[in-house]
Amino acid sequence: MTIAISIQNLVKTYANGFEALKGISLEVEQGDFFALLGPNGAGKSTTIGVISTLVNKTSGSVEVFGKNVDTHSYETKLDFGVVPQEVNFSQFEKVRDIVMTQAGYYGLPRKLAAERCEKYLRKLGLWDKRDERSRSLSGGMKRRLMIARALVHEPRLLILDEPTAGVDIELRRSMWEFLTEINDNGTTIILTTHYLEEAEQLCRNIAIIDEGKIVENTSMRKLLKELDSQVYILETNSQVPAGFSLKQDNMVLNIVDENIIEVTVSGGQSVNSVFTEFSEADIKIDSMRNKTNRLEQLFMSKLEGNG
Amino acid sequence: MLTNHKYIAFETIVIKEVRRFARIWVQTLVPPAITIGLYFVIFGNLVGRRIGEMGGFQYMEFIVPGLIMMSVIQNSYSNVVSSFFSHKFQRSVEELLVSPVPNYIILSGFIAGGMARGLAVGTIVTLMSLFFADLEIQNLFITVSVVLLTSIVFALAGFINALFANSFDDISIIPTFVLTPLIYLGGVFYSVELLPPFWKLVSALNPIFYMVNTFRYGILGSSDVDIVWAFFILIVFIVVLFSSCIMLLRKGTGLRS
Repeated sequence: MTIAISIQNLVKTYANGFEALKGISLEVEQGDFFALLGPNGAGKSTTIGVISTLVNKTSGSVEVFGKNVDTHSYETKLDFGVVPQEVNFSQFEKVRDIVMTQAGYYGLPRKLAAERCEKYLRKLGLWDKRDERSRSLSGGMKRRLMIARALVHEPRLLILDEPTAGVDIELRRSMWEFLTEINDNGTTIILTTHYLEEAEQLCRNIAIIDEGKIVENTSMRKLLKELDSQVYILETNSQVPAGFSLKQDNMVLNIVDENIIEVTVSGGQSVNSVFTEFSEADIKIDSMRNKTNRLEQLFMSKLEGNG
Repeated sequence: MLTNHKYIAFETIVIKEVRRFARIWVQTLVPPAITIGLYFVIFGNLVGRRIGEMGGFQYMEFIVPGLIMMSVIQNSYSNVVSSFFSHKFQRSVEELLVSPVPNYIILSGFIAGGMARGLAVGTIVTLMSLFFADLEIQNLFITVSVVLLTSIVFALAGFINALFANSFDDISIIPTFVLTPLIYLGGVFYSVELLPPFWKLVSALNPIFYMVNTFRYGILGSSDVDIVWAFFILIVFIVVLFSSCIMLLRKGTGLRS
């Protein structure tokens, strides 16, 4: 399997002495949808800054598709696109000019640049805004514009630093669909996000970074299996009889109100038996959801473990 | 980066820069034209009539080359310093830094943008000067080459200022406290022959003095400086400033944390 990005012993100490990265190592395979999670100030953006050469590293190495970013700057820069956390385009330029200019920086001939510009502005729902000054765009549109700009040279690796921060749910979901589509078409994606639901929904592999160190680096599936227990909230269409309990020893039932029940299920336990027992008691379940995001529970436990 | 890709990247930066100052022409092209027009009216016409001759020429004829050069210097400098600092301030410079554009192409693009504005304003001022004086260019090669080299020097200087600048104050300090005094003391309004020996020596340390006088030589055929020496100084400045800019870009001074 080709490695899209390989980070080895990356250290970054800022001029004020702050150690943002304390020797992190990480590998992301080609075609992966990879989540880099961590609390504010953990080192996520610094890592992305070093990869994209906006931050000078103190030591360590970064390779993109097998080539060192320091010694093969041109080739590696062609291979990735970056969507930063903060808006970083001129607020006075038109939407189309921003994307066309970026295409020019990558040496795309004007005709090809115009085609790509139209393709990605249309895909991201910005084509109608192409002649508007970027400052007139909403926050969500600005984020989509940065994605279109990062894709105009069609990189093999797309790095997104909190792309959906401050974006409404509808738009966030449409961005998820778009990112899933380009990942399905072969683009490797590295995503940092504060929305753990987003990481769980989109990403196959995950690394958790805290205080400049990687505290977890595994597949999403393996990580979720680590959960000791999960709490589900069930809504029933009839009143739960007083004294109703589950026969399974390792399940705890808590009746919140007459139609809402919390069931705590231990790790490895199937929830099928929950449905069976309710069915036997003639109680129909209308809906079921996790009480808290599963990844959130794990995320907090990893950070506590690191602290 | 392939040669044609480099050319496309260079062209992209230049077009972006020209489009920027053309879009805000009321701020970039009109004010210098008005200011220099007032110089022509007040110093050249009203005061100049009482002064009579300067360096063997009518005062208006004497100051026209200096005022053209002044506009080229100020605008080449201010275009690069304000544009590049705006890129830093809005963080749009990151678009360039994450792209594969080599540093010397980035620098050349901004220099070309600064030259374009300097020469655009210089052309406007030259056309305006025709209402006040009859200009007969004595040496076209020297006139054109010195104006081009001077605009390169000050575009490079503006770039260095922008790299080190952290605020909008920082991009106005050098033009106000360094550039303007050097221009005014660079022989725009007077011949160095009028100065006492000590101040003549001080003037000889001012690079703008050589640029203004070489340009004046190209137009009027008379100068206070050795032309070969002046060109040598210009080329040395370009080499030193260009190398410094490349070194600073490589280190990421003011750009990379």
